Amino acid sequence: MTATTTAPGSADTAAVRRAISSTPRPTRPGPLSAALTFGWRGMLKVKHVPEQLLDVTVTPVMFLLMFTYLFGGAIAGSTSAYLDYTLPGLLVMSVLFTTVYSGVSLNTDLTKGVVDRFRTLPIWRPAPLLGSLLGDSVRYVIAGTVIIVVGVALGFRPDGGVLGAVAALGLVVAFSFGLSWVFSVLGLLMRSPNAVMNAGFMAIFPLTFLSNVFVDPATLPGPLEAFVDVNPISVLATASRSLMAGAPDGTAIVVSLAVAAGLAAVFLPLTTRLYRSR
Amino acid sequence: MSTQTALAIDARGLGKSFGETRAVDGVDLAVPAGAIYGVLGPNGAGKTTTIRMLATLIPPDAGSARVLGHDVVSEAATVRELVSLTGQLASVDEELTGRENLRLLGRLLGYPRAAAKDRADELLDAFDIAEAGGKLVKHYSGGMRRRLDIAASIVVTPRLMFLDEPTTGLDPRSRNQVWEIARALVAEGTTILLCTQYLEEADQLADGIAVIDRGRVIAEGTPADLKASVGTGSLYLRLLHPGQRAEAAQLLERTVGPVVLEPEPAALSATGADAGRAAIAVAELSRAGFPLVHFSLQQPSLDEVFLALTGHAAEETSPLSDDLQEHLS
Repeated sequence: MTATTTAPGSADTAAVRRAISSTPRPTRPGPLSAALTFGWRGMLKVKHVPEQLLDVTVTPVMFLLMFTYLFGGAIAGSTSAYLDYTLPGLLVMSVLFTTVYSGVSLNTDLTKGVVDRFRTLPIWRPAPLLGSLLGDSVRYVIAGTVIIVVGVALGFRPDGGVLGAVAALGLVVAFSFGLSWVFSVLGLLMRSPNAVMNAGFMAIFPLTFLSNVFVDPATLPGPLEAFVDVNPISVLATASRSLMAGAPDGTAIVVSLAVAAGLAAVFLPLTTRLYRSR
Repeated sequence: MSTQTALAIDARGLGKSFGETRAVDGVDLAVPAGAIYGVLGPNGAGKTTTIRMLATLIPPDAGSARVLGHDVVSEAATVRELVSLTGQLASVDEELTGRENLRLLGRLLGYPRAAAKDRADELLDAFDIAEAGGKLVKHYSGGMRRRLDIAASIVVTPRLMFLDEPTTGLDPRSRNQVWEIARALVAEGTTILLCTQYLEEADQLADGIAVIDRGRVIAEGTPADLKASVGTGSLYLRLLHPGQRAEAAQLLERTVGPVVLEPEPAALSATGADAGRAAIAVAELSRAGFPLVHFSLQQPSLDEVFLALTGHAAEETSPLSDDLQEHLS
């Protein structure tokens, strides 16, 4: 032990010391600037891990093709008539699937330790959460746009035109802002990103199928029809359909937004509290 | 910003429970500014929980702590401006590149866009990760990731830095690099609180050490103090002729103290040796016709210190450390 010499490290100590001493202390950023920086982080992730986006868009596109060509004729008489019915609903499905990833990425941050870093920074405390929402919204818009573009390629020509389609997308994204906090809470409570993903899809999958996204509930048995009618996803799909058709259904739109606001009112404070204490 | 406080950390009776488990049970720490202070203990001793309380990540449920003169609960925001944390799990974003990680932190700390970019490049160069700056962190080696982690902690140089097991899982070369960086930081005036379960690491780096076990500080002092509390070192010898060992042992017993015959047939050691008596013993052995191949004077290791203090060995093997489990729960 006494005769050994220390192996030289390759880190250049002089450069390290220069780097340490050369820091002027900048003034801390404002809340908005910090949140926007976290939004930029979300964007970088979309850039580096585009597969994640693929995961959530492939399933709805697959459903779109499958349902339109396999069942479209049987359900609605013709594939083009069914496309008109189901596409606005698939838009809902596609974007809502993406919200699960808000919880997954939050959980990833938590289990990887990077949240500890953020929480020891002198920044406005909700900035990481609001910032990731900004990043998420980009994902929502991409997921929604993909489904609309594929629909148009298959012959979908909504009466509401481009404006109707954009309005429907906007409404669905707004709803997702509310819903994403549910998955954020899940993301803060569960042990692994995979668990969050499984739990998220376990909830959202049946809820999407037990809605009017694929079939007109009028043909369903009474109790099921009653459930489908009150399912918020049905209401949102109805609102999306009405906007795309150029005949906005005021009630469905207001109820959708109210549900989103309700979810946010409950789960946003819960998220910030959990985020602070974990 | 230049308020001179004698103590960088002043914790009194700090405590924290997780459910039934008392993870930290009345920890007192007095860490002087401008040095490396080691918190040494086995897995699950409460090191990480203590750090997390001091870094304002979790509130203590007993006692209080002041970091650079500010209370960790009532003045948490001020504390956050002065400290940074390099956690047990490397606190960098794996899905971004190294450069993006540093730019992100630069922006969050208030650098304008261009300045954040320059600062990121400067740090990548200094920490020898410039070449991998554009690669995603998940493809980094353990040593690179750890260096990036430390670079991320000094985007703005903190007055106090928490280093939680900075070399766990690193190869010796990377470990030496981390140690050099820690020494450079202290030379530039940063205080470091180092948590480690490696006795050698505390011995190498720390000016003062608190030994912590089951949520309590059980001993405190300089590495030398702690070693002295266990007793003197031992003189280790290897003879040229194994056949002379019995005679050599007799001579050693007389000049130094109790002799232990080592497993190797030509080796023996005498406990209770200080440098002076060891020198005399070595000289007498040579004069009496016992050629030596090797001799060394060994300090008691911190392992022995730990055993003497706690009655159990320092390295408890558990598949996942308790600290980590508690961190994840």
